[in-house]
Amino acid sequence: MSIAPRISVQEQDFDVAAEIERLAGGRKDVGAVVTFTGRCRDEDGTLTALELEHYPGMAEAEISRIAAEAAERWNLLGLTVIHRYGRIAVGENIVLVAAGSKSRNASFEAANFLMDYMKSRAPFWKKEHRVDHQEGGWVAAKESDEEALAAWQKNA
Amino acid sequence: MKLVYFAWVRERIGKGSEIIDRPEAVATVSDLLDWLAGRGEGYAAALAHPEVIRVAIDHEHVDHHTPLPADGEIALFPPMTGG
Repeated sequence: MSIAPRISVQEQDFDVAAEIERLAGGRKDVGAVVTFTGRCRDEDGTLTALELEHYPGMAEAEISRIAAEAAERWNLLGLTVIHRYGRIAVGENIVLVAAGSKSRNASFEAANFLMDYMKSRAPFWKKEHRVDHQEGGWVAAKESDEEALAAWQKNA
Repeated sequence: MKLVYFAWVRERIGKGSEIIDRPEAVATVSDLLDWLAGRGEGYAAALAHPEVIRVAIDHEHVDHHTPLPADGEIALFPPMTGG
């Protein structure tokens, strides 16, 4: 049975506990929920915030495609993906993936897969706001992110 | 067709979007990147290394060999850094 993932691209923060409840609350078949929360870190005290630029329309479309692929590869009972945009201060949430399934392996793997794909395929870009008020740079993509995708493609 | 730019591609070109009429000879994504690079200093700076530029047509990722549609929204941007 195919599920309908909940996808949200939003400026406001999210509540992880509320999202778990929304995914699994009142259900007797969901034995496992794995959540991943990505947060804004300060890079050894040099940053105050990140500016998350996104491509409206494509961000939702691309996350939906990635989520649909995850729902096809693993037997999931629920899936939620939330990605924020705009100015996000150090310590604030950026992204949430919550996957629910009968037992844990499907949820762990699906959450990992979703994050690997979102890193390199979802149209978001991070710009740094620096503590010293110097012009912050755009965060560079990592080669290891592309390698993570190649590993999933090999194991398809 | 409509072009949209993001992140440092947008900053270097100096605008977020524009409508262009492309010459007939500009048939593929790769042709478009070459042609745009000749339109001025900002474009040249943004597209100096065309191989790193990611492209989407109507909200879907495409590679540089993809033929351009007659109309639609073409997005140019750097490698993504979400998550």
